[in-house]
Amino acid sequence: MLKIYNCDLHIHTCLSPCAELDMHPKALVERALARHLDIIAVSDHNASANVPYVMAAAAGKNIRIIPAMEITTSEEVHLLALFGSLSDLLELQSIVDRHLFGENDEDRFGVQAVVNERGEVEGLNNQLLIGATDLPIDAIVDIIHGLGGLAVPAHIDRESFSVLSQLGFIDESSHFDALEISKRMGMREGRIRYAELARYPFVTSSDAHFLKDIGTSTTPILLKEATFEEIRMAVFGQNGRQILEKQC
Amino acid sequence: MNIEAIGAALGLEVKCGRESLGKNVTGGYTGDLLSDVMGNAKEGYIWITRQVHQNIVAVASLKELAGIILINACEPARETLEKAEAEKIPILVSDLPAFELSGRIYNLLTSGS
Repeated sequence: MLKIYNCDLHIHTCLSPCAELDMHPKALVERALARHLDIIAVSDHNASANVPYVMAAAAGKNIRIIPAMEITTSEEVHLLALFGSLSDLLELQSIVDRHLFGENDEDRFGVQAVVNERGEVEGLNNQLLIGATDLPIDAIVDIIHGLGGLAVPAHIDRESFSVLSQLGFIDESSHFDALEISKRMGMREGRIRYAELARYPFVTSSDAHFLKDIGTSTTPILLKEATFEEIRMAVFGQNGRQILEKQC
Repeated sequence: MNIEAIGAALGLEVKCGRESLGKNVTGGYTGDLLSDVMGNAKEGYIWITRQVHQNIVAVASLKELAGIILINACEPARETLEKAEAEKIPILVSDLPAFELSGRIYNLLTSGS
């Protein structure tokens, strides 16, 4: 039987330089549970080292973690990649690592902490995660699809780092699976503003960088169970699975 | 002044759209955010950018720009060249960074007035 799952498919951890240190895996999962989220995607900027710890923190609990990443393309577009397994995400990470340059400056950009499921610091990432890869957006979309993932341009309504701010419009040849509308605009306004993008499914997420923001914008999705494959079916509108936009 | 003359004066490499090099250049705009260029560039302008994504061709076509000059010797994506050839949009490449290239083109365009 299908039921509605409450999804927040864009949440950062303390590995992202712009996120607060309190966003460590254990605290993040506790807050997501308190907010009655069923499925969350953990998506740091060009990084993924905290995803296994978030999954460990969520083990045995009533919440599903989708391994994800928010990649910065060479055009400086923020693109979400969502995967069915951690190994697919790690594969993407190995590619991103070869195409991301520079070292982080903690004083200017913030700390990038790898923290385990018990809240202990495992290490600090010193890559310039706030920077852009030299991978063009179309190439990254192909890589994501090659790994069986979903490619979703983030916060398309924002004036910075969005596919529309950087590239002006979405070309018909683009193979995005869905588009994310930021919580500032919201689903309803997004559909009005972007009527020309009717062919794409929309999702809305919190893009939380702070604990207090987790679950502040969510997408209800009709699924049989809380898995990536089910979300995939909903994105493609298959077998009755669907994104319930009107309930956003 | 047309694009061909600007290209010759600054030693630019012509990548495509040779048949449109005679277009008159009425001004210029420098920017990498396509939303910004769509809002501010005007018909007949030469567009100076680091952006190589294929959408630059559509923006140049939509705004009826005279052509595109890529800075820092960057290579246009293959799809970008194919689209530009089809749309007859000249794409040229300069070794210079945007600041210097913009200044030189500005001088070329205003020296006659």
